Amino acid sequence: MIKSNILKENPKMKILEGSMAVAQTVKTCKPNIVSAYPITPQTHIVEDIAQMVADGEMQADYIKVDSEFSALSALIGACATGARTYSSTTSQGLALMFEVLFNASGMRMPIVMTVVNRALSAPLNIWNDQHDSIAVRDAGWIQLYAEDNQEACDLLPIAYKVAEDKEILLPTMCCMDGFVLTHTFEPVVIPEESLVDEFLPSFRPDYVLDPENPVTIGAYGGPEIYTEFRYQQHNAMINAEEKIERAMNEFGEMFGREYNLVDGYRLDDADIVLISMGSLLGTMKDAVDDMREDGVKVGILKITSYRPFPKEKIYEKIRGIETGIVFEKDVSIGMGAGLLNDLKSSLYGKKQTPSLYGFALGLGGRDVTIDNIKDAVNKLKTSKLDDFGFINLREEVL
Amino acid sequence: MSSVQLFAPGHTACAGCGMPIAIKLILEGSGKDTIVVSPTGCLEVTTTRYPQSAWGVPWIHSLFENAAAVASGVERTLKVLKRDANVIVIGGDGATVDIGIGALSGMFERGHNVTYICYDNEAYMNTGVQRSSSTPYGASTTTSPAGKLSFGEDRPKKDLPAIAAAHGVPYVATASIGYPKDVINKVKKAKEIVGPKYIHVLAPCPTGWRFDGEKTIKMAKLAVETGLFPVYEMEDGVITKVKKIKDRKPVDEYLKLQGRYKHLFKDDFKDQVKKIQEIADKNAEKFGLDR
Amino acid sequence: MSQSKKDETIKLIPGGITGPKTTIVNKTGSWRTFIPIFNKEKCNKCGICGIFCPEDCITEDEEGHRHPDYDFCKGCGICAEECPKDAIEMILDSKEG
Ligand SMILES: Cc1ncc(C[n+]2csc(CCOP(=O)(O)OP(=O)(O)O)c2C)c(N)n1
Ligand code: SF4
Ligand SMILES: [Mg+2]
Repeated sequence: MIKSNILKENPKMKILEGSMAVAQTVKTCKPNIVSAYPITPQTHIVEDIAQMVADGEMQADYIKVDSEFSALSALIGACATGARTYSSTTSQGLALMFEVLFNASGMRMPIVMTVVNRALSAPLNIWNDQHDSIAVRDAGWIQLYAEDNQEACDLLPIAYKVAEDKEILLPTMCCMDGFVLTHTFEPVVIPEESLVDEFLPSFRPDYVLDPENPVTIGAYGGPEIYTEFRYQQHNAMINAEEKIERAMNEFGEMFGREYNLVDGYRLDDADIVLISMGSLLGTMKDAVDDMREDGVKVGILKITSYRPFPKEKIYEKIRGIETGIVFEKDVSIGMGAGLLNDLKSSLYGKKQTPSLYGFALGLGGRDVTIDNIKDAVNKLKTSKLDDFGFINLREEVL
Repeated sequence: MSSVQLFAPGHTACAGCGMPIAIKLILEGSGKDTIVVSPTGCLEVTTTRYPQSAWGVPWIHSLFENAAAVASGVERTLKVLKRDANVIVIGGDGATVDIGIGALSGMFERGHNVTYICYDNEAYMNTGVQRSSSTPYGASTTTSPAGKLSFGEDRPKKDLPAIAAAHGVPYVATASIGYPKDVINKVKKAKEIVGPKYIHVLAPCPTGWRFDGEKTIKMAKLAVETGLFPVYEMEDGVITKVKKIKDRKPVDEYLKLQGRYKHLFKDDFKDQVKKIQEIADKNAEKFGLDR
Repeated sequence: MSQSKKDETIKLIPGGITGPKTTIVNKTGSWRTFIPIFNKEKCNKCGICGIFCPEDCITEDEEGHRHPDYDFCKGCGICAEECPKDAIEMILDSKEG
């Protein structure tokens, strides 16, 4: 299912700004400690949480830190002391956290953070793309990408459940496109608090900072043990695939909204598969519907879980399709782009795989239209292209 | 050894290192219901190499520059989960006065109930004795080396206690491991005060200062007896107690025992010893050190 | 690796959680060049040696006399230097073995 059928009559549905919807969902997950630093376009999320705390509607303690670096650091301390924790950031803030991201994962702290996707400086740009989170894909965080605001909300309890699973213990980013989702009013159903309580057991880590059981957390590891730390993290990430699937299924049964690590749309007889993550999928779906009317056999592969990267599931979905086009809002400067590169490496050596082309688009908030998507597909059909390029470039300024 | 040993032997600090002495005294003052947060540095690598830890109290390390933020999270969580423990940070001078000062300022400003203790060995020892902004004037380090044109570090120590006090931190103190009871008492006193506390403890490093390990306590005392490291307490921004010195010693009695100042006793840099004496004299005047 | 050694292997708890005071397996006494010899006759039982010992490895017996644990003593000499009664002498350590 590419998009939950949210427009169905539902008395629980509210029209909310994406940020507010996320904030209200965070509340249902009952984090003990929230620690965040404001940055556009994440601000509304943390302001809404601050207001709920100020009004006594949310029991969490909000630490008003001096930087994103401190925000995530404080959560490491909180998590190690037994708190369920939440933060949110974007772009420069995420980049400032770089060192702490790896550290939080290495220490196996199941922190959940909404990453509002925004372009990275220079040039300074506050608008949406996904360069920020994709650039930290190797940090050891689970990364889930939301297509719409309902999904941005629903992924949160799922994230906590998987992150805090004792066989996983990995921090998790729930990524949502800045402005496009955070600042858009859409109908959403906030997960019911009582159901979230049932879905999400309370956080009970085996080891916490406690004078009754004085463990050391964050010891220094030499060459004789460092590899084993990474091996355990790597395996936990791989095992997270099944855990996410299970959590999504359980969520679907309880809340009636279904999610998957990857999803297909009109893929069954497709010759061309368009692949992407996040809000771009909505536009792509409209483009596909148009092209289908014109007889083009095109479908979509939606990737929700980027880390873990569900390579077998992806392969099953696109096996036998001739051509794959990856649309992404990031560039691995000088060497393609994140999703394209990961897809290629995951399909290497396999049979019946599509020829893959990647397009960078929608960078720094540039609009992506249905025609942009259709043009890209046409271009590919009519001319020989490099495996990666930019579309919708303003040639006149170059 | 006190009755309950909270810090075990078997750590790998250099023979004669002042830092483990500081830890021992701090834990004596803070007691067993303590959670310690430490940044990267000699303390962390010598006391917690996996799978061993010298710590008998819960202890956490995350990064070099974030101990104060980590401690903020620990303290708030204890509050929210209605648990009780004495949260302290024990961090080196580099972690405290340089790279971690932003997080520390935030911790002070937000008023967390944490005692932040800096063990000051006056350089980045763990990485090979590079200067920090707590390295004293005239000291030769690997990045402020003495040379034909250089007399070593050319800036005085950053005054972090004053910076702490400027944040409205209710209790600020300096101490030296040369005076163990004073260290213990200051940590005990800090424990009774709610809010952020800052204690700056001089902990000589034989390796970095280049003196023989048996002289560590001598050095810790001489730094105080010369007036180069004033020992005092500040409550609500006002100096309330100063360790007075009888017959303040000339600074060269301290400097000449250390390899890091050796170059100052060559003809080229003789003036610098005078400058260092002036620093001590100024301290004496400012804090009323002379008895 | 022998069977007994294998049994001592500590399993890696995710994140590297480490038990308290586990450094005691690390006998730093092997670092020593000089060894402190305590003279009971001269000792006034003040305990200053123990207060300043960086290894915290000096214990007190029923009579109040101090004894260094040579398993851990690195031979830094602080105790001998600080002893007000000169009751501790540092001599070249002739390590057995
Ligand atoms: C971000 C970062 N920069 C640099 C380092 C390298 N580093 C590790 S410890 C250290 C110096 C520690 O100095 P200090 O805090 O004074 O403690 P000491 O080792 O002197 O006890 C440095 C520079 C690091 N670990 N992280
Ligand atoms: S280098 Fe200095 S501070 Fe570090 S362990 Fe050795 S003596 Fe101690
Ligand atoms: Mg230092």
